[in-house]
Amino acid sequence: MAVVFQKPHALTDAVLHYCPGCPHGIIHRLVAEAIDNLGIEGRTIGVAPVGCAVMAYDYFSCDMLEAAHGRAPASATGIKRCRPECIVFTYQGDGDLASIGMAETVHAAARNENITVIFVNNAIYGMTGGQMAPTSLPGQVTQTSPYGRDVNHCGWPIRVCELLSTLEGPEYVARVAVNNVKNVKAAGKAIEKAFRNQVENKGFSLVEVVSACPTNWGMTPQKALEWVESDMIPYYPLGVYKDRTAAKEAEQK
Amino acid sequence: MAERILMKGNEAIAEAAIRAGCRHYFGYPITPQTEIAAYMAKKMPKIGGVFLQAESEIASINMVYGAAAAGMRVMTSSSSPGISLKSEGLSYIAGSDVPAFVVNVQRGGPGLGGIQPSQSDYFQATKGGGHGDYHMIVLAPASVQEMASLTIKGFNLADKYRMTSMILADGTIGQMMEPISFEDAEIESYDKPWALTGTGMERKHNIVNSLYLKPDELERTNFARFEKYKTIEENEALYEAYRMEDAEICVVAFGIASRVAKNAVAAARSEGVKVGLIRPITLWPFPKKALRQAAEQVKAFVSVELNMGQMIDDIRLATECTRPVSLCNRTGGMIPSPDQVLESIREAAKGVN
Amino acid sequence: MAKVTFKTDLCKGCGLCVEACPKHILAIAKDTINQKGYYPAVMTDQESCIACAFCATMCPDCIITVEK
Repeated sequence: MAVVFQKPHALTDAVLHYCPGCPHGIIHRLVAEAIDNLGIEGRTIGVAPVGCAVMAYDYFSCDMLEAAHGRAPASATGIKRCRPECIVFTYQGDGDLASIGMAETVHAAARNENITVIFVNNAIYGMTGGQMAPTSLPGQVTQTSPYGRDVNHCGWPIRVCELLSTLEGPEYVARVAVNNVKNVKAAGKAIEKAFRNQVENKGFSLVEVVSACPTNWGMTPQKALEWVESDMIPYYPLGVYKDRTAAKEAEQK
Repeated sequence: MAERILMKGNEAIAEAAIRAGCRHYFGYPITPQTEIAAYMAKKMPKIGGVFLQAESEIASINMVYGAAAAGMRVMTSSSSPGISLKSEGLSYIAGSDVPAFVVNVQRGGPGLGGIQPSQSDYFQATKGGGHGDYHMIVLAPASVQEMASLTIKGFNLADKYRMTSMILADGTIGQMMEPISFEDAEIESYDKPWALTGTGMERKHNIVNSLYLKPDELERTNFARFEKYKTIEENEALYEAYRMEDAEICVVAFGIASRVAKNAVAAARSEGVKVGLIRPITLWPFPKKALRQAAEQVKAFVSVELNMGQMIDDIRLATECTRPVSLCNRTGGMIPSPDQVLESIREAAKGVN
Repeated sequence: MAKVTFKTDLCKGCGLCVEACPKHILAIAKDTINQKGYYPAVMTDQESCIACAFCATMCPDCIITVEK
């Protein structure tokens, strides 16, 4: 009997603290699988965010840094610039990456910093109890938009992939989801590509993973993943928003 | 005869950092310290080092945090408002026990303030600056030579004690040009088994972190850190004593204020006033022992500062308020003249006779 | 021959595996709770398993191992 599926080596034995059905666990596994498949665990350094995934430093087997809120791309830059032989990744939520850390995100992308950024977008601030995120949908009810997000009051959600794809800097910007098996497998491929790009010194690679927050959305895990399909993905379409190498290759043909 | 180079204060810091083995600089322009960034921008690429102008002071301190966690000698520099921006990062660096080197070339404040020199970030530097219980080693150069030698010392102390060393300079010394030498520089090297270097699949992963959700654990780390600080206070306090042997009045001043004060002390001596100067070189650890001893001998202290009275509190604490301490101050970018300090000395002398 | 193993005591009973299984042979236990107090996922018909690993693909807690 051969093992067809098991927990990747790059995940530790620590028990995940996430809520039942929280896709963080799936995304952590996809990152760990990419690290295992590329054989880079020994030289990988991860940067954990502030948010539900703050304790990611306990879950990955590689060296880990706990960054300040939003500043993971800056700290990752510091690590990568002084240890370019290491593979450096950040793992960030929507508040971390698109609110407080927006400057660090944009500038790391603009500099084409040779790092891998995993952006978990669940349209809400989970850790602090369900407040509005820069990616919360119009009309979405959260603790700080109790009457539904009013675009006349606080504007529209930010589509990070579209935003970053306008920059010269980034090598690869893609949006995926983990709400069903097909999407999880595609997400795994995109995440592995984002790591492989760094191994091949191609530059800044970001994968936005449309995720869910059953607890703060007030839904069961199943209903939450259905809402991803019905409401999140239409607003945040899946796809590759920038692939510099692929574009160059297409041009040459 | 040692080789002497004429250098500007800010550039002396940059050159000394390079000689101390620093190959990574992350910073952002702000007057009056941008020469440090400019010097690094020119030099680092030539020596295989890294210079990066970050998007903000916040980004640069977090880049420093990352590189420091990766075990590298790394620095940033800024001035007052930029240091405020770095407060959170400095607290994270302290809470994670990683070494870093930060330079504050002070300007007038608060707010946008002015671009002329001040010493009004004394509280910010010596009481930690960011949130939580912690300290940084704070070094106060009073000459371009000290800008260089204290930089080298700062890197050594940071690595030795796994904390931030901060040079608390002012715009005057930053812009001043004086001949200096690097020849007595002693570069110390410390192992960093805790650093993030990649496990190589040969060891358990290292985690650099300041989060401890269990309160008893967080309390333990705080107490342990303060045990370390106690050792530093006992062993690393530095100061200069000038004409203190028979002094009845003690002037206390650091940085540019100390140079002005020295002139005033000399002038007062020629008038027959028995006055001396204690110049703290480390502001944290503050030379408490030296001041306590001085309090047994002198009748009054005069604090000369370019702020509204900050170090004066530490003088009172160190001497346990056993002697009167008066303040001779200018701020906003103004510098006290030797005459102004002399007048304060005369007042203090009158007060005790 | 396929074999699916669950680390039952680490299961949070989220049900994503049950939803994902194309053979509909997984279920949330109704009568037993695990160490953490959750109703865990259980295999109801190992014989019919095709080792597609869809369950493991969706499990956020990595408690499923699939062998063939």
